Amino acid sequence: MTAAIESHEAAPARTAKGAVFDRTFEALCFGAATLLLTALGGLIVSLAIGGWPAFAKFGPRFFISSDWDPVQEVYGASGAIVGTLVSSALALLFALPLALGVAIFLVELCPVRLRRPIGTAVELLAGIPSIVYGMWGLFVFAPWFAHNVQLPIMTAAPPGSIWETITSGVPNGAGILAASLILAIMILPFIAATLRELLLTIPPAVRESAYGLGSNTFEVIRKVSLPYIRTGAVGAIMLGLGRALGETMAVTFIIGNSHGFPTSIFASGATIASTIANEFAEATGELHTASLIALGLVLFVITFAVLALARLMIGRQVNS
Amino acid sequence: MFKRYVAAAAGAIAMIASAASAATITGAGATFPAPVYAKWAEAYKAQTGTALNYQAIGSGGGIKQITASTVDFGATDKPLKPDDLATAGLVMFPTVIGGVVPVMNLPGVRAGQIKLTGAQLADIYRGVIKRWNDPLIAKTNAGVALPNLPITVVHRSDGSGTSFVFTSYLSMKAAHWASEVGANDSVKWPTGLGGKGNDGVAAMVKQTEGAIGYVEYAYAKQNSMTYALMQNKAGKFVTPQAANFRAAAANAKWSSAPGFYLLLLDQPGADAWPITAATFILVHAKQEDAAKGREVLSFFDWAYKNGDAAAASLDYVPLPADVKILIRASWKKVVGPDGKPVYH
Repeated sequence: MTAAIESHEAAPARTAKGAVFDRTFEALCFGAATLLLTALGGLIVSLAIGGWPAFAKFGPRFFISSDWDPVQEVYGASGAIVGTLVSSALALLFALPLALGVAIFLVELCPVRLRRPIGTAVELLAGIPSIVYGMWGLFVFAPWFAHNVQLPIMTAAPPGSIWETITSGVPNGAGILAASLILAIMILPFIAATLRELLLTIPPAVRESAYGLGSNTFEVIRKVSLPYIRTGAVGAIMLGLGRALGETMAVTFIIGNSHGFPTSIFASGATIASTIANEFAEATGELHTASLIALGLVLFVITFAVLALARLMIGRQVNS
Repeated sequence: MFKRYVAAAAGAIAMIASAASAATITGAGATFPAPVYAKWAEAYKAQTGTALNYQAIGSGGGIKQITASTVDFGATDKPLKPDDLATAGLVMFPTVIGGVVPVMNLPGVRAGQIKLTGAQLADIYRGVIKRWNDPLIAKTNAGVALPNLPITVVHRSDGSGTSFVFTSYLSMKAAHWASEVGANDSVKWPTGLGGKGNDGVAAMVKQTEGAIGYVEYAYAKQNSMTYALMQNKAGKFVTPQAANFRAAAANAKWSSAPGFYLLLLDQPGADAWPITAATFILVHAKQEDAAKGREVLSFFDWAYKNGDAAAASLDYVPLPADVKILIRASWKKVVGPDGKPVYH
């Protein structure tokens, strides 16, 4: 303690300089943080202002109607909103079991030699640009999917049954289900990596005592590991969902892009992001542009809500 | 230290000076003509030293940017009506011609075997004709073995000048289409799938037996797609090829179209391809900087004189010579701050 004070007194010039430096540094950091916050606030405000003509003109109909007609200047977002929610939910449904399997294998079962290659491969999936997923989806996955999944299911459905209704569509592999599968591959690495981190937070003693009581691996995972990470896992899922909601290019390529409510799992649909990507560049009318900006605001609110929920869940896990 | 500032300042001045001697024209808009504008710009810079900076941001963006005067010219596939031009204080003229071609995927059917009329095409896109062996299609295709396949309609999902031209044509040929759907760069399609861009439409058509779509002529040609023959105003079924697009442009009555507002749809002439359209340039009628205005018009004047071969090599169709004369005459309307034409 005294030594420290002495050394301070020994170099007074340097301390003064250091204090100035410290204050500048603090100010810079504060500036960086508030700049980001201001940008975020500005973004919301400008989206709200830009989309206002659409909200003012259509009111609640903007959210209820699925009528999207640029010629008549009538815009209803419910088709795109439903398409976004359905494709993201389906993607989550496919991605979650896989991600859970990957995470559990990597943490609990994987031979040490394989741990790195598999972990890296999953992380690499996250690095693939979404446009590449889109092209691969349209040119490679869609034809394969049409031939090996869609056609067999469509022909197996008994005529006149409910199955025929929910599997009807054009057998070329582009539609809600195909888009959801591509989305599932895209969000898989995010969920898997977060789940792996969560599983690693379980103290070895907890797991070892379960084994000590005579549980087998499956029982340990089901009764000890998974309940332990439960809240955090919900956060991980929300992060994946957040990414699925906003994904644009890959979905635009393969979802079939038709407005209105999807009537079957093979039907083509549209999401909020795909609609904006498709129409913004050529939107000339004021109302068309406003409606697209309003769509952006809706997507922002949905994503924000999901991410806030994720934050809350993960925070609770860390604290407990 | 001082020396370094002087050097930097001198460098900056030198840069400004060189920028002034080698001017840059900026433009933004339609994606469809972007390849030919880029090719013209390259040759023009080599000859004159004047560079062209063209941003292919879409027709809607092009109109917005020229209205806001952030660029020297805008480019659009969707022509502005004379009233709108007058309100915005803009002058419009065409540069090159392209066409829209219906393409199909029918097993056992070769390019040019299927003949369609505009009314049939509208009924297919409305979802009224659902199968290829429908008697309505068989009527114009005697002798062709039409398969018993459901028709899958493919359209552009992105807002596009190609869709504008295509839906304008359908509106022209079918009253139902005009009243139920209408013409725009994106419409509420009654049926079918949307593909992103020409390649998205082409991929969906190629992957689906019984599909029909529409793409730009250059794209159909470069990818050897199975096209349909279309019936023109003269009642003939014509092939989508450069000469037939030129025929449509040559027969059009440009001189009686104020502001060159003309869709080259269903033009008279035995060879005219019915779904033809020009792409357009927008400039301000009142130029704040006369020299800048002159540079823009000089570029297009040069392109009309020297750019036809480059355009044709990219499968665009150059304008007929008499149309170019009309366009140059129309440039009288582009005036500087002194009220005198900037181009003479």
